[in-house]
Amino acid sequence: MVGDSLCWMQSATNWPETGSEVIALQDSGTWNQVLRVLSLSDYNTRVVILGTAALGVACGLIGSFMLLRKRSLMADTISHATLPGIAFSFMLMVAFGGSGKWLPGLLLGAALSGLLGMGLVLIISRFTRIKEDAALGIVLSVFFGLGVALLGLVQKMSKGSAAGLESFIYGKTASMLTSDALLIGAVAALSVLTVLLLFKEFCLLCFDQDFAAAQGFPVGKLDVLLMTMVVLVTVIGLQAVGLILVIALLIIPPAAARFWTEKLTTMALIASVFGGVGGALGAALSAVVPKLPAGAVIVLTNSLFFALSLVFGSTRGVLVRFLEQRKLSRKVGRQHLMRALFECLEKDGLQSVSFEGLLDHRSWSASELHRLLHQAERAGLISQGVEGIRLSAEGELQAARIVRNHRLWELFLINYADIAPSHVDRGADRVEHVLDPKTVHRLEELLDEEQKAASAISSPHPLGRIRKADA
Amino acid sequence: MSQETSKVSGALGDEHSENAPLSIHDMTVAYHRKPVLWDIDLDIPEGQLVGIIGPNGAGKSTLIKAVLDLIPRASGRVMMYGKPYSEQRHMVAYVPQRESVDWDFPVNALDVVAMGLYGKLGWFRRLKKAHFEKAREALDRVGMGDYAERQISQLSGGQQQRVFLARALVQDATIYFMDEPFAGVDAATERAIITLLSSLRSAGKTVLVVHHDLQTIPEYFDYLLMLNMRVVAAGPTSEVFTEENLKKTYGGRLTVLDAVGHKLARNRL
Repeated sequence: MVGDSLCWMQSATNWPETGSEVIALQDSGTWNQVLRVLSLSDYNTRVVILGTAALGVACGLIGSFMLLRKRSLMADTISHATLPGIAFSFMLMVAFGGSGKWLPGLLLGAALSGLLGMGLVLIISRFTRIKEDAALGIVLSVFFGLGVALLGLVQKMSKGSAAGLESFIYGKTASMLTSDALLIGAVAALSVLTVLLLFKEFCLLCFDQDFAAAQGFPVGKLDVLLMTMVVLVTVIGLQAVGLILVIALLIIPPAAARFWTEKLTTMALIASVFGGVGGALGAALSAVVPKLPAGAVIVLTNSLFFALSLVFGSTRGVLVRFLEQRKLSRKVGRQHLMRALFECLEKDGLQSVSFEGLLDHRSWSASELHRLLHQAERAGLISQGVEGIRLSAEGELQAARIVRNHRLWELFLINYADIAPSHVDRGADRVEHVLDPKTVHRLEELLDEEQKAASAISSPHPLGRIRKADA
Repeated sequence: MSQETSKVSGALGDEHSENAPLSIHDMTVAYHRKPVLWDIDLDIPEGQLVGIIGPNGAGKSTLIKAVLDLIPRASGRVMMYGKPYSEQRHMVAYVPQRESVDWDFPVNALDVVAMGLYGKLGWFRRLKKAHFEKAREALDRVGMGDYAERQISQLSGGQQQRVFLARALVQDATIYFMDEPFAGVDAATERAIITLLSSLRSAGKTVLVVHHDLQTIPEYFDYLLMLNMRVVAAGPTSEVFTEENLKKTYGGRLTVLDAVGHKLARNRL
């Protein structure tokens, strides 16, 4: 990817400006213009923003399948493989007397060359012993190298002005004409429609290719069709974000969407929304702020969505996982405390227990116990006074239930798993926290009627911390 | 079509049965020109629980995949009730190896089972309520009714395997191909699976199962296919499950076949 950054630097210096229909707002900065863009009152701006949004939606949707098929990098190879097609179609158009800048012609060349690259990857990995990752790398670098060389030749041609061709490398919404935006929107709509029609088939292809084939689905053709969709959105994305960054539109929104859901339809929907909003925002920003390349802004907007999803995602986000973990460890800590209190009181037949007595009952540190006691007191489960620690009425109820679950499980282990009474405490310690009412009911059924009737079961082993001397 | 086939095979003196759920005629399968299955030629009888056993690399999965047209055959034909697979797909259910898919895929157990109905549903059509009810029934049959809405990565290995079985059940097939359904499952799941397979057999279905545990073979299977790059033995378990056959099957690679295979691969024949 060294070539990428080189090209970037080269091109960034000679940013081309073209045509009068261009909607780059060179002298903007005034609030008027900002408002004009944001309110979509300007027809051209509106079309360009909507076109880019359509591109984002299509990329998010198709990218979802690529991500699940673990083919995301295929898109990177395809986008790089479009470059020689662009240069070659330009040369061809100039040779036939055109200016060479006719966008549909350039995009057609890009699409054909992208398809060729994709076909080569599939052929290489299928018919030779070279694995897919190597095939992707080979095709990417060879095609991109060829493209860069051809662009060099194009610059030296006497006829036709090649200025602006490099904008396909890094993208430039600003140079987008209304007709270009309409083309982008139309192709995006077409590919979205195709994917929606074949949603079920693509889902099966991505999840279980062999099973799909065994049911008679032509997986080879479906695969090529899905890749063709990638070629299409890549090609229309060339102008907006450029061939280096278009991969981001296909990977980042679906990856961000995955943090919010465990359902494919929802994931595809969220990815499309992220892609669409990211696309629109990027295009709008680059229209407001002169010389701000839309491609980079779109990618950055999407990255922001990704970062937010990573942290706040409702099913897989880091924060949710952290909170769940903390909630669980709090619950476990409290249940340990309640059981220890119950056992201490039961052992000595008293109404309260001293801090030291409790500290001695289990292997926990003084600070840890203080914290647990504090939390339990706040929850109204215990009270701490001069005479010691007492269970409240609610606390007693909870403690009795926790102890009962613990002992039910211990009895189950002793009776059904042949574990020695002296060892069951440790095993039950972990399991008791996950016993749901259904499991408890099943345990009750398994164990004696007598024990079932008892509101509290006596412990099957001596209570308290096992000391070294005991062991 | 089937009459024509029988005439041709009759003329060749082929002794394959038209009524066999599966008959394989002189099938050879090669990976990168190196044959991994040689001249497989057999009929599987109807309504039996068939075990496919053999050491690693014997070609057990390859046999199933080649029969189901998932990998190309170098030579040979496969017939199901006298017709090629492409005409008999509706009669066949397939359970791939559990490790062959990504269980982190964003679908729940019910979605996976419903995938068994895609083939019959056809292109573009969406699943309807009736389909999901059918899928739910299949989940109930494998004792997974309570887990229908569970995302598949949250299921244990045994539960995932049951989901795969339920997916095969909704295919409502006559012939079942199962690639190591007992791999990595707990004892309870293994019992549940074998009970299910027996009920399929009682309903007249033919079930082919790739299996690894030699100890349970006489108990589980009526018919046995012992494989090591070629068919070492095929027949009723009571007849073919002998020490001699086991030695032939598991006593190392068949060195001659292996050596010739390498030569074929090298000389590009």
